[in-house]
Amino acid sequence: MYPILTDDQLAIQQAARDFAMAEIEPGATARDQAHEFPGGIIRQLGEMGFMGMMVPEAYGGAGLDTISYALALEQIAYADASVAVSMSVNNSVACAPILAFGTEAQKQKYLVPLASGKEIGGFMLTEPDAGSDAAAIKTRATPVEGGWVLNGSKAWITNGGVGKYFVTMAVTDPAQGKRGISSFVLDAAQPGFRAGKPEDKMGLRSSNTVMVSLEDAFVPQDALLGRPGEGLKVAFGGLDGGRIGIAAQALGIGQRALDESVKYAKTRKTFGRIIGEHQAIQTYLAEMEARVQAARLLTFKAAAMKDAGRTCTVEAATAKLFATEMGSWICDRAVQVFGGYGYSREYVVERLYRDVRVTTIYEGTSEIQRMVIARELMK
Amino acid sequence: MKILVALKQVPDTETKVKVAPDGKSLDPTDVKWITGPYDEYALEEAIRIKEAGGAEVVALTVGDDRAKEVLRNALALGADSAVLLKGQPSDDPLAVAKMVASFLEGKGFDLVLLGNKGIGGDNAAVGPMLAEILGWGHANVVVKLEVKDGAFLADRETEGGLERVAGPLPAVVTAQKGLNEPRYASLKGIMAAKKKTIEELDGAGAPAVLSNAALALPPARPDGRKIEGDPATQARALLQLLKDEAKVF
Repeated sequence: MYPILTDDQLAIQQAARDFAMAEIEPGATARDQAHEFPGGIIRQLGEMGFMGMMVPEAYGGAGLDTISYALALEQIAYADASVAVSMSVNNSVACAPILAFGTEAQKQKYLVPLASGKEIGGFMLTEPDAGSDAAAIKTRATPVEGGWVLNGSKAWITNGGVGKYFVTMAVTDPAQGKRGISSFVLDAAQPGFRAGKPEDKMGLRSSNTVMVSLEDAFVPQDALLGRPGEGLKVAFGGLDGGRIGIAAQALGIGQRALDESVKYAKTRKTFGRIIGEHQAIQTYLAEMEARVQAARLLTFKAAAMKDAGRTCTVEAATAKLFATEMGSWICDRAVQVFGGYGYSREYVVERLYRDVRVTTIYEGTSEIQRMVIARELMK
Repeated sequence: MKILVALKQVPDTETKVKVAPDGKSLDPTDVKWITGPYDEYALEEAIRIKEAGGAEVVALTVGDDRAKEVLRNALALGADSAVLLKGQPSDDPLAVAKMVASFLEGKGFDLVLLGNKGIGGDNAAVGPMLAEILGWGHANVVVKLEVKDGAFLADRETEGGLERVAGPLPAVVTAQKGLNEPRYASLKGIMAAKKKTIEELDGAGAPAVLSNAALALPPARPDGRKIEGDPATQARALLQLLKDEAKVF
C-alpha cells in the first residue's frame, strides 16, 4: 500500500475498525430509520481520542498525523457515515482552525474540551444565500460592550443542535467586502443561539444538521479567532484538511458498498450460477475495486503531503473530487448488483446510496473542486 | 498495591474451529486470536483499582511471540508493564499455574486477577490451582470486588444467588461477566503502549502432565426436511413427526 503505512498507523486503523464494527455498525440502520443522533458513540469516540486526532496531546488531542486521521475516518464511515460526518466536522473544521489560529487562552478554553470529546464542535459559514460563494455571507457582528452580538442565519450546520462551540464567520465591517468578515468561537449555550429542527435529509439521517438562527448571540472580545477582517482566511485555512476528511469518508462508504456487493455476488444465484460468475457483474466489481484503490491513493497522497507540511490544495481537491464522485458511482453500481433488493431498506446498500450522495456537495461541491484544481493549473 | 493480571490468548469466539491433521489440536490457520473475554474483565478491574486508589498493574501471559499481542493490548488499556513467560501455552492448567506461581515468588504482589476461565479449554482451573500452589485465599467467578486495607470482599455468582466472600490479601480472584464493562483502548494508550517494552522470561520448567489425546467437533447437524402438501396435510404430518420422532407430546 502506498504510502507504506507505519506500525502506528496500522494500529490506529485497527483500533478504529474494531470499535466501528463492534459498536457503531450494529445500530447504524436502526439509527438511520429513527433519525437518532449517535450521542453515546460520539462520546465514546471522544474518550478514545478520535474527536481531536491531530490536536497535540497538550491540548487534549491524540497528537496523530493526517494519514492516521484519514485511516480512522474511513473505518468509521465504513460502519456509519453519519457518525463519520460528526467526527470529521469536529476534527477538521472545529478543532483545526482553533489550533491554527487560536491564542493560547482560546486553545485552553475551546480546544481542550473539543479535542478530548467533552464537548462537540461545529463550523458556521454557510447561510441560506451563501454557500460556495462564502464572501456573500450576511450574518452581522455588531460591537457591543465587551464583545459583539451576532445576527443572521446559518444553514446546514452539522452538530448544530448538539454542539457547544462553533467556529463562526460574520461580517464585522460591511464596507470592506470579503475583508470585512471575521471569525469567532461562538458558545451555543445562550438564548441568542437558536437551533432549528433537524433537516429532513436524503441520507446521513442520524447526523444532526440544522438551521441556526442567531439573534443577538453574544461573543466576548476574547473569542475573536485570528485578526479582524481575516475571517475567510480562518475559514479557508482548514479546507484542505476538511477535503481530505470527506475524501476518506467517501472512501469508507465506497469500500463498504464494494464489500457488500462482492459478498452478495458470491451468494445470489441467477440462471443457475452465482451472479459473481456473470461477466456483467464482474466488470462492475472490477471497476469498483479499481476506483476504490485509486481514491485511496489520492487521499493518502494528499494526507501525506499535508503531514510533510507541503501545500496540498490541488491534491486535497483532487482527492475530494475523485473519491466522492467514485463513491457515488460505486454505491449506484452496488444497488444495481443487488437489483430489487438494493432498492429496499432491508439492505445496507440502499443506505449507502443515500449517505454517499452528499459527499459531492458538502465541504466544497465537485464543481468548486474542479474550479480550485483548474485555477491552480492556470496559475 | 501490586496487581498481576494473567491473560490468555484464545481463538476469537467467531472463529470457525477446525481440527488439525493430528486429530488432537486446533488448526491455527484462519484463526483470529484475541484476549480471553473473561480476562478482559480481570484487566478492566485491575485498571479501575489503579485509577481509584493507585496500583501497579502488571500484565502477564504464557505463550510465544504471537501472544505478545495480548500484552500490547493490555499496555494500551492501562497496564504499567507486561511479562511474556515464553513457552508453549499448555493444555495442562497445572503446568500453567506452576509457571505463573514461580514468576510471582518473592515479587510482593498483593492480588492476582484473571478470567474465571479461558474460552476454548473451559477448564476454569488455573485461578484456583494458582491460589493453592501459593497458599493464598481465592474467590472465583466474581461479579463485584472491593479491595482495601489489605483485604478483599468479593461477590461470587452461585446457583440462583450471590455469595459474599471476605479474605486477606494477597489473594487470587477470577472474574466473571458482569464484574465491569471493559473499555476500549484510547489512541493515546495505543501509542504509549508501542513505546513500552515487554519483558520476556523463560517460562519453562513446569512440564505438562496432561495432554490432549483427541479433539473432535460436534457432529454436523443433519439436513432439514421439507413437509409437502396442502396446509392441512402439512400440519398433520408435522404433528405426527413431533409425536413420533421428536416425542414432544
